[in-house]
Amino acid sequence: MRFLGKGTVVFDEKPSIKSFAAVVGKKEGEGPYGKCFDAVEEDAYFGQKTWEKAESENLRRSVQLALEKGSFEEKDIDFSISGDLLNQCISSGYALRGLDIPFFGVYGACSTMAESLVLGSVITGGGAAKNILCSTSSHFCSAEKQFRTPLEYGGQRTPNAQWTVTGSGALVVGEGSAPPYVEAVTCGRIVDLGVTDIGNMGAAMAPAFVDTVKRHLETLGREAQYYDLILSGDLGIIGKSLAKELFAKEGIDIGDKYDDCGAMIFDKETQDTHAGGSGCGCAASILCGHILPEMKKGNLRRVLFAATGALMSPTATFQGESIPSISHAVSLEA
Amino acid sequence: MKEGYFLVTKKEYAKMVQKHSGKSPIVKDTARAFLVGGIICTVGQVLRNFYFSQGFNKELTGTATSITLIFIAATLTALGVFDRIAKYAGAGTLVPITGFSNAVASPAMEFKSEGLVPGSASKIFEVAGPVIVYGTISSVIAGILYMIFVR
Repeated sequence: MRFLGKGTVVFDEKPSIKSFAAVVGKKEGEGPYGKCFDAVEEDAYFGQKTWEKAESENLRRSVQLALEKGSFEEKDIDFSISGDLLNQCISSGYALRGLDIPFFGVYGACSTMAESLVLGSVITGGGAAKNILCSTSSHFCSAEKQFRTPLEYGGQRTPNAQWTVTGSGALVVGEGSAPPYVEAVTCGRIVDLGVTDIGNMGAAMAPAFVDTVKRHLETLGREAQYYDLILSGDLGIIGKSLAKELFAKEGIDIGDKYDDCGAMIFDKETQDTHAGGSGCGCAASILCGHILPEMKKGNLRRVLFAATGALMSPTATFQGESIPSISHAVSLEA
Repeated sequence: MKEGYFLVTKKEYAKMVQKHSGKSPIVKDTARAFLVGGIICTVGQVLRNFYFSQGFNKELTGTATSITLIFIAATLTALGVFDRIAKYAGAGTLVPITGFSNAVASPAMEFKSEGLVPGSASKIFEVAGPVIVYGTISSVIAGILYMIFVR
């Protein structure tokens, strides 16, 4: 494991992603990638009584599945790293409460899947653990309740608004010899180009994504073409087009190698999701439900996965603050 | 991050964001709001005529009409129908008293999971609270002005 500066670490012995699972809600199951996920829950409450418990149950299920699919028992996992959007990360805290695994709670907003995978890879790559469980979740209803208006409130969504994904993803990264591997990681830094509109999160986060990808490519001396796919987390349709223009302005030829989980997960025309999906579960479910399986099958060889997060809160927004954003990148190899 | 790392400045980026962002369809939104808002007012008028015909005086008729509209909107909110109408109608359901009813009923429902006291009751005016506060203040100011200039 070598530290190359500017937040980038390259692995000599590449951590292996040994198991992964994604569980999503009904709407996500009806989307273009609906068939990729391990499970689709029709009940928005996931059999629970509150939205917060529903989200936590969703996360618990994908964690359980990731352990089962890799034939792991609790004692085989050295650490778990998880986070979510709810205040004090309660979705993660309650989802992992029943497991006898040392726990780190992290907050990276919607970049959490990449953040936990960066940390997990570095810990296992540094020899401090054999297996690390990384996971995150989001739920449309709990996010609306905390960040916007009550569910039954009669309002209209703006054309730039994104739809929080009900979904979760979990994976186990550790010492191993089977692909897909984590080849390098780049930790993001906080970028803020002054966007204040919380109804346009993709626009706020796009510069953070471009910044991290740019630093990643510069530090490793690579062109964007090195990758089969460069994937942002939840910039959505507007953020994606902004990212493309930013890449052009920075002189990075991204070609047709770029896509965004938020732009992928829903069908804009039939699902009425405006600017696309968002939330921790967006990037997590696309990574664990689509990207990692495709890499395992050999259809994708090199993927740069860079989930994106907006580090604001309703309080900061009401105080007139702009939206600081972050993006962590994980270079995956099969 | 320090300014200047990106080739794009905050000002330039604001222009880019504006260029890429979608705009609300104002003509369509206005037409729908006009239509649904008009229907709600017509229902109000029908109710008014009905209460009048039942022998209510002018003041009571107004009160009974408002109460009925509030009741209908709160019931539709509870049934999960109001937000669907509002998604279509926008200001058409927001501006009449139906919008106020929905703004009180919806947080009461949403926060019921935290209990009747720390949840529903304490959050019930989360959306409508500002309307009550500033409505009361402006009516006090209007009353003082009325007292000074008209009486």
